[in-house]
Amino acid sequence: MYNLIGAGLVVIGGGIGLGQIGGKAVEGIARQPEASGKIQTAMIIVAALLEGLAFGALILGQG
Amino acid sequence: MEALLEDFSPGLFIISTILLLILIALMVKFAWKPILNSLEERESGIQDALAAAENARKEMQNLQADNERLVKEARAERDVMMKDARDIRDKMIADAKEDAKEVTTKLIENAQASIQQEKQAALAELKKNVAELSIGIAESVIKRELSSKKEQLKLVEETLKDVTLN
Amino acid sequence: MKIAQKTIKFLAIIAVSFFTISGFASSTDKKQDNQNDGGRVNTKEEVKEYIQHHLKDSHDFNLWSYTNDAGERVHVSFPLPVILWSSKGLITFMSSEFHHNDDGHVIVEKNGLKFAKIHSKIYELDNGATTVSFDETHHATNGHKVIDLSITKSVFGILMIGLLMLFWFSGLAKQYKTRKVPIGFGRILEPLVLYVRDEIARPNIGDKHYRRFTGYLLTVFFFIWVLNLFGLTPLGFNVTGQIAVTACLAIFTLFVYTFSANKDYWGHVLWMPGIPVFVKPILAIIEIAGHFLIKPFSLLVRLFANITAGHVVLMSLIAIMFTLKKELGVVGATGLSFALSFLIILIEVLVAFLQAYIFTMLSALFIGMAVEEHEHH
Repeated sequence: MYNLIGAGLVVIGGGIGLGQIGGKAVEGIARQPEASGKIQTAMIIVAALLEGLAFGALILGQG
Repeated sequence: MEALLEDFSPGLFIISTILLLILIALMVKFAWKPILNSLEERESGIQDALAAAENARKEMQNLQADNERLVKEARAERDVMMKDARDIRDKMIADAKEDAKEVTTKLIENAQASIQQEKQAALAELKKNVAELSIGIAESVIKRELSSKKEQLKLVEETLKDVTLN
Repeated sequence: MKIAQKTIKFLAIIAVSFFTISGFASSTDKKQDNQNDGGRVNTKEEVKEYIQHHLKDSHDFNLWSYTNDAGERVHVSFPLPVILWSSKGLITFMSSEFHHNDDGHVIVEKNGLKFAKIHSKIYELDNGATTVSFDETHHATNGHKVIDLSITKSVFGILMIGLLMLFWFSGLAKQYKTRKVPIGFGRILEPLVLYVRDEIARPNIGDKHYRRFTGYLLTVFFFIWVLNLFGLTPLGFNVTGQIAVTACLAIFTLFVYTFSANKDYWGHVLWMPGIPVFVKPILAIIEIAGHFLIKPFSLLVRLFANITAGHVVLMSLIAIMFTLKKELGVVGATGLSFALSFLIILIEVLVAFLQAYIFTMLSALFIGMAVEEHEHH
């Protein structure tokens, strides 16, 4: 039960983080469309790191 | 976490490690090395070809510039030559004219001089002839002892008939 | 007109693949290994158990199962060899000797040792025991796990993909001997190779060093991608969802960037320049943990969790046609299941690529950090 709540919290946090990353990346691309390639790469890397964090927490929580 | 460790199969880990090692070695040897080498070769080939084309283009440009320069030079040279030739021709004509003039003047002068001389000589001869004639007439007149005036005139006319005024 | 034709072709292919997948899943869904002979899956608990079973490795390659006219379950499958490192050394037999049993009721006796298969794990029974006894959490009490070097379904998948990759790429390599530009399937593979080299390896590792690591990165990229894609086919592979396989891949990357790291990198890890002395040891501990634990752990967990999550979602959506049969009727439940699983499988195709890309990308990034030459201040 508690770990389900924990999982929910992790998902909330990860969701907020992913939203921030994606939103800022889109803003950046809108501002500088010529840099879209670099922004996408950086976005995917950061999103992957965040994902790793969230998955780590989920798996540790599933104990 | 425990469930994860429970899931973890050491045997599969060992086998996949071995298989992956073999796969990486084989792929590097038989696939990636030749592929990447030929890709790089192709890329450098393309680069070289582009550079060669660029060089050829530049050379072509140079050549064209050279050609243009040569043509210009040749044209200029021709112009110079033409001008020279024209000058020479003009000069020659002028010279010839001058020469001709000189020669004619000289000829005229000579002619005039010789005319003058001839004239002088003729005059002198005439004078001489006249003198001789006069003497002859006088002689014959004297020789004949002319009585009448009529006779005298007749004689003068006869004598004058014989005389040719050369 | 041409585009319209292509679109129709594309849609046809999608539709065909979709129906094969769903059709296959519906036939495999009837298989059940939590009973002795593997019965039908109808209830939510059975679906859950079936998905759990699918996520695990299995010792035989089950294609489909059905109930014949006589009411018996028939499994269409082929057995795979079981290779065990037991207390008496190497023991091999075919997995068919377990008769598809997965809860420890069939005991195989070899070399005087007794083996039972419980939830895709093979246990060696203690001396004198003839049947497996379980405690209340369904753990075997009178047996222990052996090191299982069997050619399981996952190993079979790895072998298959490895051979396929060798076949494809050595074919591409051979093409270059006779022509500059490949034809046929090589035309698809070449841009992918170039993509990995130019978009992943070169920018992250740097022009000077990337050549040494491109082979490794290419192998890992195609290995993960092709296995992810095969996991979406009705063959039912779940290789990249096996934590042992992803751990193996992550440890490979760990070895690569540990052994290629230069002095500069270790200097930065152990004694970070430009910060107060009393912070340096703390930072060194964090950096070492990052190097040896966090980086590989994030790699292995990300891949494992993404693929597992994808499989669970996809199978749960397929299972809608059984679990919601009462509420929506057969047609409604099947239609809903088809529509949802179609959408999810499109996303999963994207995820399959994305996870391969991210694993390779992060590996390249870590390698790049390790070989980067810092300017000395």
